[in-house]
Amino acid sequence: MNQTEKKTLIDKKILLSAIKGSFIKLNPKYMMKNPVIFVVEIGFFITLLLSFVPDLFGSVNTNTRTYNIIVTFILFITVLFANFAESVAEGRGKAQAESLKKTQKDMKARIIKENKLEEMVSANQLKKGDLVLVKSGELIPTDGEVIEGIASVDESAITGESAPVVKESGGDFASVTGGTTVVSDWLKIRVTSNPGESFLDKMISLVEGASRKKTPNEIALNTLLVSLTIIFLIVIVTLYPLASYVGVKLEISTLIALTVCLIPTTIGGLLSAIGIAGMDRVTRFNVIAMSGKAVEACGDVDTMILDKTGTITYGNRMAAEFSPVKGVSEVELIEKAVLSSIQDDTPEGKSIVDLGIKQTGKHFSENLQTIFIEFTAQTRMSGIDIENGTKIRKGASDAIIEYVQLMGGYIPKDLEEIVRNISSLGGTPLVVSENRTILGVIYLKDTIKPGLVERFARLREIGIKTIMCTGDNPLTAATIAQEAGVDSFIAQCKPEDKIKVIKDEQAEGKVVAMTGDGTNDAPALAQADVGIAMNSGTSAAKEAANMIDLDSDPTKILDVVEIGKQLLITRGSLTTFSIANDVAKYFAIIPAMFMNVIPQLGALNIMALSTSYSAILSALIFNALIIPLLIPLAMRGVKYKPQRSEKMLIHNMLIYGLGGMIVPFIGIKMIDLIIAPILIIIGL
Amino acid sequence: MLQISLIIIVFLLLIIPTGNYLYHIATGQHTFADPFFDKIDKYIYKLSGIRKEDMSWKKYALSMLMTNAVMTMVGYFVLRIQSIPLLNPNGISSMESFLSFNTIISFITNTNLQHYSGESHLSYLGQIVVIIFMMFTSAATGFSVAMAFIRGLSGKVTSLGNFYVDLTRIITRVLLPFSIVGALLLVSQGVPQNFTQNMTIQTIEGTYQDIAMGPVASLEIIKHLGTNGGGFFGANSTTPFENPNIITNMIEILAMMLLPGSIVIAFGQMVNNRRKEKGKEKAPWVGRQARPLIIVMLSLFFIGLSVCLWAEKAGNPILESIGLNQNMGSMEGKENRFGIEQSALFTTVTTAFTTGSINNMHDTLTPIGGAVPLVNMMLNVVFGGKGVGLMNMVLYGILAVFICGLMIGRTPEYLGKKIEGREMKLTALGIIIHPLIILSFSALAVATSGGVEGITNPGFHGLTQVVYEFSSSAANNGSGFEGLADNTNFWNITTGLAMFFGRYLTIVIQLAIASSLMMKRQVNESIGTLKTDTGTFTVALFMVIMIIAALTFFPVVVLGPIAEQLTLWK
Repeated sequence: MNQTEKKTLIDKKILLSAIKGSFIKLNPKYMMKNPVIFVVEIGFFITLLLSFVPDLFGSVNTNTRTYNIIVTFILFITVLFANFAESVAEGRGKAQAESLKKTQKDMKARIIKENKLEEMVSANQLKKGDLVLVKSGELIPTDGEVIEGIASVDESAITGESAPVVKESGGDFASVTGGTTVVSDWLKIRVTSNPGESFLDKMISLVEGASRKKTPNEIALNTLLVSLTIIFLIVIVTLYPLASYVGVKLEISTLIALTVCLIPTTIGGLLSAIGIAGMDRVTRFNVIAMSGKAVEACGDVDTMILDKTGTITYGNRMAAEFSPVKGVSEVELIEKAVLSSIQDDTPEGKSIVDLGIKQTGKHFSENLQTIFIEFTAQTRMSGIDIENGTKIRKGASDAIIEYVQLMGGYIPKDLEEIVRNISSLGGTPLVVSENRTILGVIYLKDTIKPGLVERFARLREIGIKTIMCTGDNPLTAATIAQEAGVDSFIAQCKPEDKIKVIKDEQAEGKVVAMTGDGTNDAPALAQADVGIAMNSGTSAAKEAANMIDLDSDPTKILDVVEIGKQLLITRGSLTTFSIANDVAKYFAIIPAMFMNVIPQLGALNIMALSTSYSAILSALIFNALIIPLLIPLAMRGVKYKPQRSEKMLIHNMLIYGLGGMIVPFIGIKMIDLIIAPILIIIGL
Repeated sequence: MLQISLIIIVFLLLIIPTGNYLYHIATGQHTFADPFFDKIDKYIYKLSGIRKEDMSWKKYALSMLMTNAVMTMVGYFVLRIQSIPLLNPNGISSMESFLSFNTIISFITNTNLQHYSGESHLSYLGQIVVIIFMMFTSAATGFSVAMAFIRGLSGKVTSLGNFYVDLTRIITRVLLPFSIVGALLLVSQGVPQNFTQNMTIQTIEGTYQDIAMGPVASLEIIKHLGTNGGGFFGANSTTPFENPNIITNMIEILAMMLLPGSIVIAFGQMVNNRRKEKGKEKAPWVGRQARPLIIVMLSLFFIGLSVCLWAEKAGNPILESIGLNQNMGSMEGKENRFGIEQSALFTTVTTAFTTGSINNMHDTLTPIGGAVPLVNMMLNVVFGGKGVGLMNMVLYGILAVFICGLMIGRTPEYLGKKIEGREMKLTALGIIIHPLIILSFSALAVATSGGVEGITNPGFHGLTQVVYEFSSSAANNGSGFEGLADNTNFWNITTGLAMFFGRYLTIVIQLAIASSLMMKRQVNESIGTLKTDTGTFTVALFMVIMIIAALTFFPVVVLGPIAEQLTLWK
C-alpha cells in the first residue's frame, strides 16, 4: 500500500478471482443492478434460443443458425468483459480485506479488571472504556488511547508503512489502532470503540466494497445511461415494422446486435469499476474514505481550510533563539523558559528545553513542586505554577500581554519590536512571563514544506481558494501566508472561527474541504463537505470526518481533491467516448442491415465493409473488445493535469469525443478485414 | 439569395428589441405601453376574478391544463353546432365527431394539423370562435409556460409566476397589438378581411369559379405570429388570398420567426440579470447564456436551409429524363411567384419555428429537400414555436452540461444549479417522449391496415409520409406532407393523441424541471466551473444534439428520404 511502490494493475491472484467473479455475476439477479449490461444479457438469452430454434420467429435462411451462434458468443463475451471489469476493480480491495480479516480473527486481549487482575479474553468482547495491556510482540486488540507506557508500534497492517512509530500517552501519539503490533515495551490502553465499530471493522467493509453505495452523481449518470438505452430500444423495436413496410425483413439477431452496439455498453460495463477504482486510488494514498460521495465531493471543492501547522509548515516549530527584553539577562530568560517547558510534551516545548540546555550547558532542577498549565486554544498560553506562587507563562504575545496587564504588570517598550521582528521573519514569537514581569521572547522557527508553493499555484489555476488557519498573530500569519502563496488567512484562529468560515463559504454555495485532528476540530470536520481527519488524531475527530488519513499527513488533502476530480473526469470521458462510438457503429450496421434489399443504401457503407454479416459482427466485436481495452484506463483514471476548465474541456473533448468518433471507424474496419475471410470459410 | 439574406438580417435586428420587450413583460418591469395596457389588464383580472398570487409548478401546470380543457370543450361544442345561421353565409354544416376531436386537439395544442379544408368544413363562426381564438390562446399558453420555465432557471425568483396573469399579459401586450399591425399590413397587400359570402365569378376562359371570402387577414397574421400554422383555406399559404406576393411571404416568414427568436433573447436577459452586479453594466444584446443556444439554433437552421436549397435547386432527374428542363430546380408543387428560394426558406422556417403553414407542397419536395422539414421537426430544438425549441434546447443543454461537467472533474451544474438524479430523470423523460411518440405511432401505422390505407404513395415515400405526419403532430408543428388520406378515424385518433401527449406531457415535465432547479441552492461559480457561455460548450451542445437527437431518427430517415433520394439519383 505504499504509494511510492509501483504496483501492477493486476496480479495473478486477482486475475483468477476476477475471472471467477465475472462468471458468478452472470446471475440475472445480480445483473439487474446494471440495466445496460442486463439488456445485453437478455439479448444473449434470445440469440441463444434462436441458435437452437432459428425459425422461432418465422422462416429463415440456412446461414441464420451459424450467424445466431456467433452473435450469441460475442454477446456472452461482452457481458463477461463487463463483469470482469468490475471484478478486477473489486479484486484488490478483496485481497486486502482478506488479510485484514485474518488479522482480526482470533485476536486476544489482556484485559485489566477493576481489581487490577489481568485476564485473557477474545478481542471482540472488548467494550468502550475497558483497559487492556499490550506487551511487546502482541497485537493491539482494538482502537484505543494510550494511558500509560511508551512503546514503538508497527502499523504496517493498516498503513503499509513498515517503520514503527512511537506511541505514548498524551499529545499527538496517544491514539492506537486495532490490528497494529507493539514491537517493543508495553502499553496500557483504554478502549475507545465497541465491537464491530472499530477502525479495522470499518476498513474491512470499505475495502471489501460491501458498504459501497451508489453516489448521487453515479445515480444521475446511471439515469442518463438507462434513458439512452430506452431511446435506442424504442428505435430498434419500431425499426422492425418500419423496415418491413419498405420490404426489409430484419433478422432478430441483427436487431439485437444493433441494440447492443448502440446502448452505452462501454461506460455501462466500466461504470462501477471506475467508482471502485477511484475509492481504491484513495485507499492507496493511505486515506480511508467513509463513502464514495465524499470522494466525489472532492472534485467540487471550492475552498480548502488548511491549518498552518502541520499542513503548510512542519508542525514542530523549533526554538531558534531567546531574545530577552531590556533589563533581563539571557540566562534568566532561558532558565524560566526551560522551567515552563519541562513538562510540556509538545514538540515546541521539547525544543525549548533542548535549546536551553545547549545554550547554557547546564541542567535544570526538576524537583520543584509544580503544576503544569496546559495550552488551550482559548488561553493560547501554557506554563507552570510553582509551589511558592510563582507563575511562569509562555504563549502568544497578545495573550501574555493581556494576562500580564490583567495582573497590573508592565509591558516593556522593546517587546513589541522584538515580537514584530520575529513575526516578520515568519517565525512565531513566544513571550515568556514570570508573574507580572515579561522576560523576553522565544523565537520559534517554522518552515514551509517544500513544493507547496507550486501546489497552491496549481490550485488557484483550477479555481480552488485556500484559507490558512493559524493561532499566530496577524503579522506572523500574513508572512507565512505570503510565503506559501495561500489566498487568505485567519490569524489567531479559534475552533469556532473555523466553523464560521466554513459556514460563510457554504452560504455562498461553495464546497469546503478541511483537515483536522483535535477534538475541537470535530464540529468543523462535520460541517465541512470534505473533512479529513488524521489517523493520529482523536477519535472524536475521526468520527466526525468523512475521510481518515492513515499517514496523518495533512498535505494529502491536495492529492485527495485531485483524485476526486480524476474520478469524475474518468467517468465523463468514458461516457463521452461510449456515446461518440455510436456514430461509427451506425455507419457500420445501418447500411449492412438494408444493403441486401435496398442496394442503393450501399452508398452509406463508407467504411467499405465486405459483407452485411461481417459489418454487423465487426461492430459487435469492436463493442465487446473495447471494454477490456479500457479497463486499465478505468482503473488508473484518465490523466489529470490541473488547468483551466476550458482548456481541460477542449483537451478531453478532442481525445474522448473526437477520438471516440474516429477510433471505432478504424477498429471496425480492421476487425472486418480480419474476420471477412474467416466468415467466407464458414459460409456466411 | 438577396431576399434570404434580407430576411435573416431583419430577423436578427427585430428579435433584439422584441426580446427585450418580452423580457420586460415576463419580469413585470415597466414598459412604455404600461399606462394603456395596465387599464385593460386590470379590467380583465377584475372581470375574471384573477388574484395575482404566485403559483407552485404543480398549480401552474394544473391551471394551464384546466384552462386548456375548458377551451377544448367550448371549441368542440362550437364545431359541432357551427351549422347554425350565425356568421355562416356559405351554409357550412357541422363537423363530424372524430374530425372535430382531431381539429380541436390540433388547435388547442398549437399544432394546427388540418384534416379538414377551411373553405368547405368551417363556417366563419368556426374560423373566428374556434380557430382564431385558439390561435391566440394556444400560443399564449405556450409562451406563458416558456416564461415560467425561464423564471425557474433565472435563479432570482422563488415562484414560477401566475399562469392567468402570464396568459393575459401575453395576449394583450404582445399577440393582439402585433397582430393588428400585421393584419393591416397584409390587408394592404390584398389579403381579404370580410364576412361576405363566397363569390362565383366568370373567368376569362369563360368558366365559373368560386372565390372564397372571409376574415382571412386576421387569421393569417396570428397563424404565423403564434406559430400556429393552420390555414384559412385548405391550401394554406400557397393560395394567393392568404399569401398574395413576395412582400406578404416575407411578412409571414418574419412573423413566425419573430417571437420564437425573441424568447431566446428574453431568456438570455432574464438569466443574465442575476449576474449583473452593481447594476452598472447595461444588459448585453444577447445574454451570455443565450449565446450558445442561439448559435446552435442558427447553425442547425442554416444547415437545413442550405441542404433544402441545394436539393431543390438540383431538380428532379426523372422529370429531366422525360424532357422537362430542371435548370430552375424542382418546381413541382411550388408557386411560380415564390420560386425555389422563397419556397425552401418558407419550408425550413415553418418547420424549424414549428409553425406548420406552407407556401409549397412539402410532399413534392425532392426526397432530401423534404427530409429537412422532417428532421427539423424531429429535432424540435431549432427555435421551435412559442418557446418550445428553447425549452427543449435547455434539456439538451442539461445533458451537455452533465457530460462536459464530468469531463472537467466537477459534478455537473447549469446556471448555478447542481444537476442531480431528479433533474436527470425528468430531462431524460422529456427527451424520450418525442421519439417515443413519433416512432411508435409510425410503427403502428405501417403495421395496421387502418394506417396503411391512408398511404397514397407506397414505398420509401409512403414511409416518409407517415413519419412526417407523426413528427408534425408530436412537435406540434401541423404542417402536412399531404398526399396522406388522413381524414380517417385511424389518423384522426392517432395524430390527436400524438399532438396531445407531445404537448402536455412535455410541458408538465419542463415545468417540473424548472421548479426543481429553482428550489436548489445556488452554487458558487469559480474558474473551475464549467462555463456554459463559451464556444467549446456550443460545440459540445451541438454534438450532443447531433448524436442523441439525430441518431435516434437516423434509421428511419435512412429508410425514408435517404433511400428515396439514392434510388432517384442512382
